[in-house]
Amino acid sequence: MKELSQIVLPKDISYTQNHEWLRQEGDEAVVGVSDYAQDQLGEIVFAELPAAGDAFGQGQAFGTLESVKAVSEIYMPVAGEITAINEDLRNDPASINTDPYGKGWLIRLKPDNSDDQKKLMGRAAYLEMVKGKQ
Amino acid sequence: MNPSVGATGLIFNEPLLWEKGARGRCGFSLPRRDVAAAPLNESLQGEGPDFPDLSELEVTRHFTRLSQWNFGVESGMYPLGSCTMKYNPKTNDRQAALPGMAGIHPLLPIELSQGALQLIYDLERYLAEITGMDAVSVQPAAGSQGELAGMLIFSAYHQSLGRPRTKVLIPDTAHGTNPASAALCGFKAVPVKSNEQGVLSPEVVADLMDEDTAGIMITNPNTLGIFEENIRQVAEIVHARGGLVYGDGANMNAIMGIVNLKAIGVDVMHLNLHKTFSTPHGGGGPGSGPVCVVEKLAPFLPVPRVVKKDETYRLVEDMPQSIGKLHAFYGNFGIQVRAYSYILSLGALLKKVSQFAVLSANYIKARLKGVYHLAYDQPCMHECVFSDKLLEPYKISTLDVAKRLMEMGFHPPTIYFPLVVHGAIMIEPTESESKEDLDHFIDAMIRIAEEAREHPDKLHAAPTVTKVRRLDETGAARNPCLSGR
Repeated sequence: MKELSQIVLPKDISYTQNHEWLRQEGDEAVVGVSDYAQDQLGEIVFAELPAAGDAFGQGQAFGTLESVKAVSEIYMPVAGEITAINEDLRNDPASINTDPYGKGWLIRLKPDNSDDQKKLMGRAAYLEMVKGKQ
Repeated sequence: MNPSVGATGLIFNEPLLWEKGARGRCGFSLPRRDVAAAPLNESLQGEGPDFPDLSELEVTRHFTRLSQWNFGVESGMYPLGSCTMKYNPKTNDRQAALPGMAGIHPLLPIELSQGALQLIYDLERYLAEITGMDAVSVQPAAGSQGELAGMLIFSAYHQSLGRPRTKVLIPDTAHGTNPASAALCGFKAVPVKSNEQGVLSPEVVADLMDEDTAGIMITNPNTLGIFEENIRQVAEIVHARGGLVYGDGANMNAIMGIVNLKAIGVDVMHLNLHKTFSTPHGGGGPGSGPVCVVEKLAPFLPVPRVVKKDETYRLVEDMPQSIGKLHAFYGNFGIQVRAYSYILSLGALLKKVSQFAVLSANYIKARLKGVYHLAYDQPCMHECVFSDKLLEPYKISTLDVAKRLMEMGFHPPTIYFPLVVHGAIMIEPTESESKEDLDHFIDAMIRIAEEAREHPDKLHAAPTVTKVRRLDETGAARNPCLSGR
């Protein structure tokens, strides 16, 4: 497992208490899980994701990540409609471990409203929260 | 310090059956044909199955060698949390093997099956008495099927009142199969967070319980090994809004003969005969997961029911509200015989079983406290949950501890469950182990904690003396090979 100093946390994205991240890209947003989350989960063997067109509320579970240790739910950082899922994860779930902010993205979504994002954390606040868990 | 139980020894490699034998080799001979030859229906003709050609000895050695790679409670301590891997006394197997038990055919007429029906009837009464519930069906063939039966009863009950419900509350310390059982019956599982003491808070349940919630599934003691002390209040809240309380009997070994489940508010529960009542466990069964209910839910039990009238027993199918049939005939009879034998051979001592199971777990908890991080520092029931928190500075994880335990001669405890404890190590010694054996296990755990500080590499490399080293669990999950050839 990584030391806290080894955890990569990009500055240009938002984080949730459940360790998802969200990156705004135009009208849409991309969602994945943080480097801390993938490190805690261990090697991921399967990602169960919703279908494009499905809609979920903020904080609602939209899928699961299965690692050799356990199956964990993943939650919507903001309310919205799924516009795309990362199909490559079917053959390569390991990219969630190796490139959680890049190739390991999970879903793209169209947020219902921008207010939801106010509840998310920046890098510094997220890091503080993770430190508290150590 | 006692020497480690584990040692090295000669163990045989063994190939797949298809890699053994030779074409035409055979382990049996068919008797001479004594009827006229008749052509085989064409639709049944074609390539036969791909069976290897083997002699009897080749087959015998194959499975004997495989069995020597195995580990069971008859080889050593098996403290797998929430699985109750207790020893199965041989007398139970002896009774089940009696010709009248083992040879009975399920299609015999009822009047020739009176003994078997009496055994089933009596076993159901005993289980009702032990749990405090009113009616029991031993038909479900596994704990999971018992849970399914329970959820089908939830569903049938609410339907019978003309107001079907869609949700079921499930605490985060419940048994892992509960959400799946609820989902199979079309319910949405609503997670309930446990509080800082590791148990349910009535307030949290009150917030979530509504008129669309069919009820709650509670494992008591929960998977932290802690008794849900607020269960009465929780049950009152659920009942007040028309819901039912399901009790997962996975951890019944902690409370047998001590807690009356009906009195604490449980409406439906299942038992695992292969856990609490000492029938063989693991290896894919056969299992038995009786479902127990209060009086008002008895009409929903699976059919047929065994009914006694004027000293004779019969099977009754005519129960219009029943959830239906769950298993061919009446479940796994041989397993029911073993549980019946276990209950009769112990009698009132069943209570002692639970007392010793709880005592053993608390002994382990007390001796390992401080050596390993104790997730919830309070008296436990039949199992205790530690974590790898104190080993983190040495980069040693729960998985390393488990692997090292294997080469010291112990089956590892349950790891990484319950999910509410990070890096959980869940230990359930059961009543079967003597104090000396408990001490051997504890000493091994203490030694591993010392090694974590002094020789962490030894733990990372473990196990080194087992038949196989660390398996590629990730590879097995990502690219499973499910065929023999």
